[in-house]
Amino acid sequence: MNSLKNKSLVSINDYAPEEIELILETAERFEKSPPAGLLSGNVIAALFFEPSTRTRLSFESAVKRMGGRIIGFADAGSSSVTKGESLKDTILTVSNYCDLIVMRHSLEGSARYASEVSPVPIINAGDGANQHPTQTLLDLYSIRKTQGTLDGLNVFLVGDLKYGRTVHSLLIALSNYNTTFNFISPTELRMPDEYKLILEKKGLKYYEHDDFTDIISRADIVYMTRVQRERFSDPLEYEKVKNIYVLRNEMLENTKENLRILHPLPRVNEIETDVDDNPKAYYFEQALNGVYVRQAIIAAILDKI
Amino acid sequence: MGEVKQLSVSAIRNGTVIDHIPADSLFSVINILGLEHITTQITFGTNLDSKKFGKKGIIKVSDIYFTEQEINKIALVAPAARLNIIRDYEVVEKHQLTIPDEIEGIVKCFNPSCVTNHEPVRTRFRIISKNPLRLKCHYCEKITDEEHLTII
Ligand SMILES: [Zn+2]
Repeated sequence: MNSLKNKSLVSINDYAPEEIELILETAERFEKSPPAGLLSGNVIAALFFEPSTRTRLSFESAVKRMGGRIIGFADAGSSSVTKGESLKDTILTVSNYCDLIVMRHSLEGSARYASEVSPVPIINAGDGANQHPTQTLLDLYSIRKTQGTLDGLNVFLVGDLKYGRTVHSLLIALSNYNTTFNFISPTELRMPDEYKLILEKKGLKYYEHDDFTDIISRADIVYMTRVQRERFSDPLEYEKVKNIYVLRNEMLENTKENLRILHPLPRVNEIETDVDDNPKAYYFEQALNGVYVRQAIIAAILDKI
Repeated sequence: MGEVKQLSVSAIRNGTVIDHIPADSLFSVINILGLEHITTQITFGTNLDSKKFGKKGIIKVSDIYFTEQEINKIALVAPAARLNIIRDYEVVEKHQLTIPDEIEGIVKCFNPSCVTNHEPVRTRFRIISKNPLRLKCHYCEKITDEEHLTII
């Protein structure tokens, strides 16, 4: 019995650990033997009320490599379907034309709401600052693939830990695997207490730092995120710290052999380009893993695994 | 003192009396209970002197008995309120309020980017802490605390 059949994926919390495991295993299988033709006859709608080229292309690639068709729009401005129309009406209309809806929307909770009104399952491809569960699953896949396990790793989360939805969801997902966390961020962008509380309740260790040059040798995974100027109340404070959260190639010299650098992309300047050729850089492969993971999620929901 | 009270808010024969409502929450309570739709006799009093609150409000509704679920909704704005069931001018039952575990359609989500503030969606929260009051939005998953609590 496939418990993911017809089940919307709105938040990473919607999946039980066994269900996460099922997605990771299926993605691994699809990576080894591509599931060409698996979705022949299926139509997937990709409704990007808010543009996100990278995520949309990844979903399109996932669907098309399985022989499925994709319909939809890349941003709400260019679609007549959404002019003045309520989200509910758009979802109810589009659900007539497809087997599954992938949606991205700037309003938080929009995907949950859509999943409650839609007769076809919804995959949340990002709802504002709230959730982006397929990103979290591809992060888990990338970690497991490079480390051989998800258990007992030392994970460094670097950059904007206050507003970064990616790191929050990843933290929650990894908290089931006995992870040790190191949080590296400017004081103003520290990990919120509610997430630290989750770790404390589970008896997991975490450490907070404002620099990582001296401790990076302990890391199994370094997950980089961008520190944005507009997050700072004082622009001078940004100028002071902006170079601390940049990864440079020489910092990788005495690091562990198994260390891999992840980043949700797009990168701006938080990873210098000379890191790209280092075998420990993994962010472009990470993006490729997104295709396998999204294939696995779609196939599971359409009960084709 | 008793007589002064009689004058401001008269006794009812049968129905429900909600007492010890903080004066500034009276209209929220009226709203939450939907009293504007009730056709039986209702009397309100507000800014009455109270040892406990300074100023309190009181509501007397004739011939109406609320369900526990309905009445617990007002616990969010008037946690110390007391509920008396009246039959033939006598108090036959007294209730303390308890804050429910989930609430729907009463509180506004404080997150301006929440879908409930832009689309016609009924709000829904899980109460993750009763004291201090913390509500987690079913939609945006953000937490609305006591300080940011607004009744719809
Ligand atoms: Zn909300």
